[in-house]
Formats: sequence, structure tokens, C-alpha cells
Amino acid sequence: MKPKIAFFDFAGCEGDQLQVANLEEDLLALLGQVQVVSFREIMKEHSENYDIAFIEGSCTRLQDEDRLKQIRKNAKLVVAIGSCATIGGINSLKNYTDLDKVKKIVYGEKAGLFDSYAARAIDAVIPVDAYVHGCPIDKDDFLQVVKSLLMGKKPDTPTYPVCVECKKNENVCAFERGQYCVGTVTRAGCNSCCVNEGTICWGCRGLVDNPNENSHKEVLIKYGLTVDDAIGKFRLYFGWQEAKR
Amino acid sequence: MNESKDVEVHHITRVEGHGNINVSIRNGAVEKCEWSIPEAPRFFEAMVVGRSWNEMHHITSRICGICSIGHTLASLKATESALGITVSEQDLKLRKLALHAENLQSHILHLGFLVLPDLMNVGSVIPLATTNLAEVKIVLQLHRIANEMSNLLCGRTTHPQRLIPGGFSKIPSMKELTALRKKLQDSIPSIQAVAELFKSLAGKLPNFKRETEFISLTDPSEYALYDGKIASSDTGVAPAREYLAYANEYIVPQSTAKWAKHTRESYMVGALARLNNNYKRLSPMALQVADIFNLLPMCYNPFMNNIAQLVEVVNSVEDSIRLINELEAAGLKSQPDYNNPEIKIKAGSGVGAVEVPRGLLFHDYTYNDKGVCTKANCIIPTNQNHGNIQLDMKAILPQIIDKPQKEIELTLEMLVRAYDPCISCSTHVVKVNII
Repeated sequence: MKPKIAFFDFAGCEGDQLQVANLEEDLLALLGQVQVVSFREIMKEHSENYDIAFIEGSCTRLQDEDRLKQIRKNAKLVVAIGSCATIGGINSLKNYTDLDKVKKIVYGEKAGLFDSYAARAIDAVIPVDAYVHGCPIDKDDFLQVVKSLLMGKKPDTPTYPVCVECKKNENVCAFERGQYCVGTVTRAGCNSCCVNEGTICWGCRGLVDNPNENSHKEVLIKYGLTVDDAIGKFRLYFGWQEAKR
Repeated sequence: MNESKDVEVHHITRVEGHGNINVSIRNGAVEKCEWSIPEAPRFFEAMVVGRSWNEMHHITSRICGICSIGHTLASLKATESALGITVSEQDLKLRKLALHAENLQSHILHLGFLVLPDLMNVGSVIPLATTNLAEVKIVLQLHRIANEMSNLLCGRTTHPQRLIPGGFSKIPSMKELTALRKKLQDSIPSIQAVAELFKSLAGKLPNFKRETEFISLTDPSEYALYDGKIASSDTGVAPAREYLAYANEYIVPQSTAKWAKHTRESYMVGALARLNNNYKRLSPMALQVADIFNLLPMCYNPFMNNIAQLVEVVNSVEDSIRLINELEAAGLKSQPDYNNPEIKIKAGSGVGAVEVPRGLLFHDYTYNDKGVCTKANCIIPTNQNHGNIQLDMKAILPQIIDKPQKEIELTLEMLVRAYDPCISCSTHVVKVNII
């Protein structure tokens, strides 16, 4: 019997599920191996009976915790897909500002009418078995994780920073170009895709395990940058992870 | 006619984001008819306060995965307007190509994956992969071309990397662009096949109409997507910076989302609004496709938004070919690797208005003299359409009230889906207790 898989979304942009839809012909191949039983973005059918749950988006409300716990109860494996789910992601930018103020900026006088709390990664609420990092996820990366899980293996996640991949790709270092970048402490696995496209690493895959902060500070000092510059960039994606540390 | 029916579609499927339809019919009369949004709010306008001018496009792209190119472009235009940055003619053409890529990708996804299953009486595209593999393969192939186009212009399909203030960090080569042009030209028979498929199924789109106001961008020289003035089918044309006079956002007690109105109770944005306001500037082949479906301005049937999207697919393909021809004729100028245009920071504010797949999008930023954002407002297409969806539901219900419950449910779902709502975009959604 084919394993049953389901997709769920919380606070996020649904860009990661779009990457799954973007598999196109490979999606047809995937459908040969698994049975999709729930995928609200593209299908009407829904079932509570599934083996693997893929979750996109952060948890940003107390009321969403029950739904997450139910998914955990139903699924044999839970996979967080995309930065919002794996590390809290860009949603956690709001965690640096007082929540009442955040609500007021957006809703004015009606600020008191709705719930929200600090945006957090899915594993802050329920145990997560595997992660597909990135904003957005890479569709081949997604397929690799699915393949590993179907074979009963733990998916490989790089434990070194983006700089390693970036050097291999012979990019001109962003710092050398007068920009700053968080590739020094960000988990690799993206093949330094943003630098390859001419920009910087923004940190979407989150802090690497045991980031070498001293070396990152040395880089900042070498290029005459302040810790404030670095913290600014850190906050784009690392908010929830930083708060946890 | 004393029947009582409840239609409750929670977390409507095959739309982006979460929306609920709640309808109660008691003794043959409509007691409740409600379109509501339970999506978790994300507070982007607060998140960007304190962020630097060169990060805004990266952050606001994350408002929506489906229209990330459109959000990035609206964001860049707002920043560029605020800081007085000009963009070269070549970069403008490349940006227009990027927007066409997204329009194609999004419209094909909507028509092929989200709308087609309704017209073929199935729950999703997945069973169609068995029963109608040839058609599904054509849709997938067109979707792939659109994604390859996004990759080429933006670096990847979702959350573009190459689009930066002042231009591009990296641009495609003329060789890559001509290869793309060949693919677009070769895709035309496939698009015609999709048009024929929809023509054979068009009878399933309800014949419903309700007069409303259509708001879009407009431009005398082209079918406006990247730039133009605001056009209302009721009141005429105004500069984009006056957007607040059009998109009057308000909160309604019986629903959960900020809605918008102009002169009437509601208005519509999106492909049908654009087509109604700019029909004459569609490309020749797009006009032919519109003609096959007798789609002419003013069309007041919201279900025809699907067909307007199909017409726009053809328009985007033809206009992309034209843009590549122009780039070739002018000679594509190369730029430095890791291009990072020098920008002089100053205080200021600016509005960026762009037509994205679901309609008119505004980003409005204010920067201090350090280039740090002090205030932001984003008005997204789906929020502008909520009011119109609700009023359409109210208008169509009496016409279908005697139908079986399943049919009422399907018609209402099809109505919502016709708007192609993109609810995770809803930067500000309000939760109000339903009375």
C-alpha cells in the first residue's frame, strides 16, 4: 500500500506548497509512490488518515496549537517545510516589537479584536521528525527528503555554513563587494543560490548547528562593520532561533 | 418551498489561504450568507517598520508565494519612487517579462489545477491525471514554461532573487531570451488546445451577472500590468499615488477581513476588471480568444474572470514575444556581475502600483533620511475583492435557492474560486466575533 501524505498550512505564504505543485512532471512520478490524501491548495478531498504530514508556516496563535497537536496525533511522521515552519522564519520579525504595538500599527483601534503571539517554529509546539529548509524550499531538496523518508532513512541536512558552498561555487564574497551577508552562520544546502544570482545570503535556512560566532565577528571587524549591522540582518530569519538560545 | 439548508464550507479548497462560506437557508429564505476569513494575520506592515530600503522587497515578497514577483515589483517601485531611483528602459522591459512570467504561471495554475476540476466534476487535478492525462500534460507543460521564464528573469520561480532596487543583480543573456521566445512561440498550439478545452466546458460556468465597478491600472500605450494610472469603470482615471481615494479599506462586523470600497458598496479587481477597462489594448490573438467566448466589455459575470485569465495568458505570451523582439532590436547591454546600483539615500515616501494575477496591488512606504522604513501600507487584490464576493453570493443565492444543497455549495465555491482569492496575501485580516 502506498504511504498516505497530507499537506497543512499555518501562517505563511504557501510558497512551499507551490514548489510541490511546481514539481510538474515529477509530481506525476511522486504520485506513483504516494497517495496524497489532503492538500487544500489544490484538492477538495480531505482525510484524517495519513502517514506523513507536511506542515508549512509558523504557529502564531494559541488557537492553532490544537490543530497542530491533532496533526501530530494522526501522523506517523511530521515534516516541517519552509523557513516559517522550520525556524519561525520571516514571521518572527514581528517578535522584536511589542505585540500590542504591532497590532496597533496594522489595525489601529481594532487592535484588540484578534489573537496573535510570538511567531514560532512548528517544533516549538509539537515534535518534528524532519525538516525541508529554505524560503522557499527547493523542490529537489523536497524530493530527496521524501525519498529518504519512504526508504525509512533520516534525511541528510548539512551541518556546515553556506560559505562552504559559496566558496565552492567561486563566488566573489559579498563582504568583498561592500555588502554584508549571513552566509557565515547560515545552514548550507541551498548551494548558495542567492549569492549565485548576484545578491547576498539572507539567512533563510536558519542558524547552522554550533555557529562559529567568533569567526563571524572577526569577519565583521575585518570589513569595518558593526555588530548592529549584523544583528539587523540576523533578525530577518533568525528571530525565533535567537530567542530560544 | 419550506426546505431548510445549511451550506458550510470551512477552509474552502483549491484557493490560496483560508476562507469560509457560511449560508443558512430557513423556510426557503436566506437567513445568513457570509464570506469570512480565518487566516492567521501576519502583520507585514509592522514587520517592515525599522527595516532598511534594500531589504523591503525581500521581506514583502514573502507576503505571498504565488505572487511574489508582483509583490517584489510593487515594493521596488514604491522604494524607487520614494528615493528617486530611475530604472533603465532595458530593465523595465525585463521587469515586464518577469511580471508576464508570474501572470502566466499563476493563471495556468488557477485554470488547470483549481478551476478545471469543477468543470470536469472531480475534486482535484489528481484524478484527471488518470482520466485526462493528455490535457493534464499540456497544462503541466505550459506551467513549466512559465516557471522556466520566472527562473530566467528572477533567478527562481518563487521569491525572486535578481530583482533589486535600481534594476537587476543579474540579467539573462540574449541567447537565453531568444531560446525563451522560441518556447513561447511553440507553446501557442498548446494554449489553443487549452482554450478549446475550456470552450467545450464553458457551458458549466453559471450565467450570472451583477453590475459592479471595475478598478485596474490603465495605460494608453499597452495593456497595463507593470505601470499605469488607476482606472475606474465608474469614475475615470487618476494617478496611482491617489490610491487611498479608491481602496477605502473598512471593517465589517459580520466578517473577519478588511474589505474595500470606492463609489459603490464594492468593486472588483483582477483579470476581468483589466479586460473590461483595457480590452482594446489586448494583443491580436488574445482578442481572438476573447471573441471565441463572446467576452466583451462590459462583462458583469464574475465567473468569466476565469476566461479573462485565459485571454490574459495569450496576451502575456504575445506581449513577451514582443518585448524580447524589442530587447533584441535595441541590443541587450551587459552589466557587471553582482550588479548593485549605487543609491543615494534620502527621506521620502512613494507608492508602487502593479497589476498582479489577482488584481491591483499597492505598496506605500515612507523612509527617514537613513533609508529606514517608518511606515508601510500594502493593499492587496484579494482584500479589495472580498466585498464583491460577498455581494455576488447574496445576489446569486436567490437564483439557486431551490437547487440541491450540493449544487448550491458547488456554485458558491466556484464563485469564490473564480476570483482566484489569495488569502495568505491578506496582510491585514481582522478577527471579529460573529454575532
